[in-house]
Amino acid sequence: MRKALSLVVLLVLALGLASALRGPSIGAEANRGELLDDQKVNFGRRYNSRAVEETGASNVVASVLVTYRGLDTLGEVTVLFIAALGLAVLLHTGRDRKSGKEAEPPSLILFTGCRFVFPLILLFGAYIFVHGHLTPGGGFQGGAVVASGFLLIYLGCRGRQPDRERLNVVESLSGVAFVVIGLIGLAVGGSFLLNFLPKGSPYALLSAGIIPVVYVLIGFKVGCELGGIVGDLSGARR
Amino acid sequence: MSFLADYVHYVGSFGLVLIGLYIVLVKSNLIKVIIGINLIDTGVNLFLVSVGYIRMGTAPIFSEAEAAGRQMVDPVPQALVLTAIVIGVSVVALALSVAIRLYEHYGTLDLGKIRELKW
Repeated sequence: MRKALSLVVLLVLALGLASALRGPSIGAEANRGELLDDQKVNFGRRYNSRAVEETGASNVVASVLVTYRGLDTLGEVTVLFIAALGLAVLLHTGRDRKSGKEAEPPSLILFTGCRFVFPLILLFGAYIFVHGHLTPGGGFQGGAVVASGFLLIYLGCRGRQPDRERLNVVESLSGVAFVVIGLIGLAVGGSFLLNFLPKGSPYALLSAGIIPVVYVLIGFKVGCELGGIVGDLSGARR
Repeated sequence: MSFLADYVHYVGSFGLVLIGLYIVLVKSNLIKVIIGINLIDTGVNLFLVSVGYIRMGTAPIFSEAEAAGRQMVDPVPQALVLTAIVIGVSVVALALSVAIRLYEHYGTLDLGKIRELKW
C-alpha cells in the first residue's frame, strides 16, 4: 500500500519534471552564443572574463566564494559551526556514559601506521587550502582532508585522541580572525570583506589579496570543526 | 539528438532526487531515511552544477598554459554547490546525532515503532 502510493507520487513528479525539461532549454548551454550587453548581465560570464584582473585569483570559483560572495561564505561557516554545536549538545547532555565497554587497543602495526600517515594527511590538506586560489580546492576541501586525518586517529589509534580543547581554541580563533578581516575591509574601504591586500601577480602563491588568508583560516576552522564532529560521533570522551 | 543524450545530466540528477524521495517515503529505518535525504541533496547539487555546464567547457580556473578556444563553465553554480555540500554535511551530521539519541531512548531505529505510526 505504502509502496504503491509512493510510486504513484514519484511517477507524477517524474512526469512533471520531464515535461519541464521539454520546454525552452535552460542553463548556461542554452545561451552560450549570446554576447554581453548592458541590459542583460550574465554573472558567470562576467566573472569568467573579469575575475582575474579584479581579484588576482586564477581560480574563479575561489574568487566568487571569498570576495564576490564573501558574506555567504561567512554564513556557511556559521551554519557549520551551529551544526557542530548542536551535535555536541545533543550527544553530551543528559547522557549517562557507559564506561564498561572499553575499546580494544589497536595492534602495533595499525597504531604506528596511523601515526605515520596522519602528518602526511595534514600536509596534503594544508597544501589544498593554501593553494585554494590557484588550483581546484580551497578551504572547505582542505578542511575535509584534515578532518579525515582526525578520523584516522579516532579509528586507528584508540587511546591517543586529539586534544579537543586545543581544537576548539584553533577553530574559534580562526573564526574570529575571519570576521576581523572582514571588519578591517569595512574600516579601510567601506565594505565588509573588501579585498584590501595587494593583489600581486596572478598565478603566484602570494597573490589575490585576502583570498589565500581567508582560505587558510577556513581550512583551519573547517578541519577542527569536522574533526570535532567526527570525534563526537565516534563516541569519544570530551 | 535524442532526449536522453541532450539531457542526460538532468535525467541523472532528477533520478537521484526521485530515488532519495522513494527511500524517504518507503523505508522505515531512520538511517536509511537519512541516506535518502543525502541522495536528494546530491541530486540537487548535481542539477545545479549541470545548469552551469557548457558542452566541452573547462573548469573555471585559469592557468599559465591556457587552453585556447575552450569556453569555461559558469562558476556561480559551482560556488553555490560548494556551499550546499557543506550545509548538507552539517545537516546529515545533525540528523545522525538525533538518530543516536533516538536509538538510546527507544532502543530501535524503526520509525513506525518510534512514533507508533500505522503505516
